Amino acid sequence: MNAINRNELDALNRAVLEIDVNNHPGVMSHVIGLFSRRTYNVEGILCLPVGDGRQSRIWLLVNEDRRLPQMIKQAEKLEDVIAVRRHNANHAVFSELESFFQA
Amino acid sequence: MTETLTGAQITVRLLERQGIRTVAGIPGGAILPIYDALGQSTAIHHVLARHEQGAGFMAQGMARVSGQPAVCLASSGPGATNLLTAIADAKLDSIPLVAITGQVPRAMIGTDAFQEVDTYGLTIPITKHNFLVSSAEELLEVIPCAFRIAASGRPGPVLVDIPKDVQTQAIEIAEWPEPGRALPAPAADAALIEQAAAMINAAQRPILYLGGGVVHSGAAPAAVDLAEKANLPTVMTLMALGAMPVDHPLSLGMLGMHGARYTNLALDECDLLIAVGARFDDRATGKVAAFCSKAKIIHIDIDPAELDKIKTAHIGITADVSNALHQLLPAVAENDRKNWVDRITALQAEFPFQMPGADDPRSHFGLIRTVAACLDNDAIVATDVGQHQMWVAQAYPLRRPRQWLTSGGLGTMGFGVPAAIGAALAEPQRTVVCFTGDGSILMNIQELVTAAEENINVKIVLMDNASLGLVHQQQTLFYGERLFASQFKASPDFIKVALGFGIAAVDLDTAANPCAALMEAIARPGPCLIHASIDAEQKVYPMVPPGAANRDMIGA
Repeated sequence: MNAINRNELDALNRAVLEIDVNNHPGVMSHVIGLFSRRTYNVEGILCLPVGDGRQSRIWLLVNEDRRLPQMIKQAEKLEDVIAVRRHNANHAVFSELESFFQA
Repeated sequence: MTETLTGAQITVRLLERQGIRTVAGIPGGAILPIYDALGQSTAIHHVLARHEQGAGFMAQGMARVSGQPAVCLASSGPGATNLLTAIADAKLDSIPLVAITGQVPRAMIGTDAFQEVDTYGLTIPITKHNFLVSSAEELLEVIPCAFRIAASGRPGPVLVDIPKDVQTQAIEIAEWPEPGRALPAPAADAALIEQAAAMINAAQRPILYLGGGVVHSGAAPAAVDLAEKANLPTVMTLMALGAMPVDHPLSLGMLGMHGARYTNLALDECDLLIAVGARFDDRATGKVAAFCSKAKIIHIDIDPAELDKIKTAHIGITADVSNALHQLLPAVAENDRKNWVDRITALQAEFPFQMPGADDPRSHFGLIRTVAACLDNDAIVATDVGQHQMWVAQAYPLRRPRQWLTSGGLGTMGFGVPAAIGAALAEPQRTVVCFTGDGSILMNIQELVTAAEENINVKIVLMDNASLGLVHQQQTLFYGERLFASQFKASPDFIKVALGFGIAAVDLDTAANPCAALMEAIARPGPCLIHASIDAEQKVYPMVPPGAANRDMIGA
């Protein structure tokens, strides 16, 4: 029987969201609040300004869940969210950070 | 030519430029500069509420009857926290509201200053959007933006938190921004409209399901036209009541937990559900898997996040529902749909709505029907939350959109009196009736003095069963009749309370002729409390037990 390794399992069960937002205090709370108030755990968060700093890009690693399409629609409704793109969990943005997260 | 103005003066000027003529609020330390500027305004009438929640619901009353964003004001800390319930209520019912709160000066934010609370953080989940303003210049962008957001797309509340030093900061103004207005919604996809029309034309047993969005978008006439052209039996949510006159031949009234049996049974048989500006709320659908289980679904809503949220639609259309209905209308064929209309008539005959005591003004239904008989369609009907609210929803002949003001999504006891005051402030030519209960009215009773002060034309019909009626009902039906904390052991003398607050009062219990007393009280201008005791054992029937399918109603 073929065992599913950890990376494969993650790829099946997780998704990466790439969210372009305006860069000012409170935007992260707006985005993350959508998840926390639905008891939807966010496994990973990465955020840095882009370009001249008026915008930021938030990367979220989240569990694949039947609610995910609704979460994306809710995120798209936020005034400070410019775009939401969905990727598979094997996206490089988190996998290349693994060395910083050794137990 | 430039003017030098403070942030407070800029805020007031921007409100004036928005066309705001009435605001409700309560001053306090952190919003005093704005109040100082407001006091100088000749255009804006400030209504002094007695609790910030009352101010919030007064603004809601104004917004619900006018469809335009309305404004409430509060100070920092407890002023802001007291507003929260009214803001959350506006969010769930998609009511355009602009709440302006004072905040401690920027330098003191985060120091646990006196009356400091994280208003911005607290209001994130209950607003459509919120702002913490960081400079007087920013107000020129934020205030119009707040109105634009509140009114655009699916309406909702927006909060603007303004630190005290931003209010006192003086800047030079050379040019004023345009007032914020609702942005036009994108048009419906023509191909999807074609498909929807084809689906309606092919359906044997379609039902039109109208939600609050129909009222918000001014789509009620278009919805009635569509129903008439294609002979679509029509159900309404609590929020949509009045969109189609309830005595229209195609109206099946309210659906869901307290809908008529024939209404829910018709839905159970339908083969096509056309949901317009509705969100498949659990009080409307009952057990979702069993809701219209044989039906295909067309879902039209301005909010794309509502499509497929609860029920997956066969055709989902993101659009302003008024535009979509106007696009749909020419593509839908006239159809007498005789078999389906006959079937509906048979269901109505076999499972009629029971209104016991409708001729007795001392019974709950009779009281509501007698009040209705004293008024015409120009009247505005507000309610609080509880049994009385459901009875009015069932029995009052609502015939006009924006005639009906009720707290649907949040179900906030205490909504009725201040919302009715707001409605009367916005439309002083109309009579406003507020049905309330003895539980609900006590949650914002302090606003009776505001009603007296403003001398507004509000008739408060207090249906007094000395109980929390819906709790009493649920404990009786589902908790083995173990009544606990649902019966009041002490009740105030509401007549004395009303008189004490400075408004007229009539007790129907002691009136020799309750009909005459009621008619006289309603005809007399100004605020009046009309007290009527009702039987605590009466239930709101029919009822879908929580979690059950709508076809499995109990009672009557």
